[in-house]
Amino acid sequence: MTSSHPTLAAAPTDPWRIGDTQLTSRFLLGTAGYPSPEVLRAAIEASGSQVLTLGLKRTLGTTGQDNGFVQIIRETARVQGAHLLPNTAGCRSAREAITLAHMARELLGTRWLKLEVVGDEQTLQPDPFELLEAARQLVKDGFEVLPYCTDDLVSAQRLVDAGCRILMPWAAPIGSGLGLLNPWALRTLRARLPGVTLVVDAGLGAPSHAAAAMELGFDAVLLNSAVSQSRDPVGMARAFRDAVQGGRQGWRAGLMPTSDVAIATTPVGGQPFVLP
Amino acid sequence: MSPDFLTIHTDRGPLRLPVGSTLADAVGLLLQAAPDAATVATAVNGEFVARSARADHALHDGDTVLCFSPITGG
Repeated sequence: MTSSHPTLAAAPTDPWRIGDTQLTSRFLLGTAGYPSPEVLRAAIEASGSQVLTLGLKRTLGTTGQDNGFVQIIRETARVQGAHLLPNTAGCRSAREAITLAHMARELLGTRWLKLEVVGDEQTLQPDPFELLEAARQLVKDGFEVLPYCTDDLVSAQRLVDAGCRILMPWAAPIGSGLGLLNPWALRTLRARLPGVTLVVDAGLGAPSHAAAAMELGFDAVLLNSAVSQSRDPVGMARAFRDAVQGGRQGWRAGLMPTSDVAIATTPVGGQPFVLP
Repeated sequence: MSPDFLTIHTDRGPLRLPVGSTLADAVGLLLQAAPDAATVATAVNGEFVARSARADHALHDGDTVLCFSPITGG
């Protein structure tokens, strides 16, 4: 894929893939909750994102106008060379998610799918059983399934067994901004699933959270509210873009080992005025 | 129910159609009320029905027909 967007041209040459598509930006951006279509457009441009998420709603079942948001997303994606990633937000069962997935594929012309099946109303935690059932069917139906899942290792392994090549474990509940609540679990996922593309999705609230996820060796991050709900979504999109790049570069460079005790940095050979 | 008509359930409420009506007929009527929703995906009783299959999908009394459109999302 090519893009004329200047922020993408400046990105380091460190590609990754969704399916057969090579990407250079490791920052996937949600499109909900922005104050205006113009701010959304500018935030997308500032993010340098090559993957933008969308949802589906009942056309006649809700009031209110779209105000041109979807058109802006389509236009900006085309100009920026970004891809659309529809989700199955709102689904509570595998059957619902499968139906919505097929609708999204028809409407948006993509077989990529962020698979969401929620199992708890307060935490919006994914239902691991319905998620797995839906993933199995949708992989058979030809979708590139990106399941939004918890950080549970065995559930993740089952999704991989079902044919998911990319997993998107949460950092914290959707929209919470709490950051990486269980770094140990995320680190374990990375260590135990070395061949799987891992994207931290949901719960990131600050650019430092994104950098921390990338420093754990995750391949990308997906977030929405941290940008759209900030005072300056465009500036925050830029901050996350830089944090993701910095975290990735830190991971590639190799973080130093940690120690519970101090290790002197300056090689003075003991105390300056004390004879051995 | 009149034997010449069937009633389907929609987001606009019950819709009375002649027996033999198809999903394409129903979508055409439903979207008259929302001309900006030019492109929708459809489900009948919770099952996806592709755009290409709407004209051949016969509706039955009591069916639920829903239309979906893209929105912003995370």
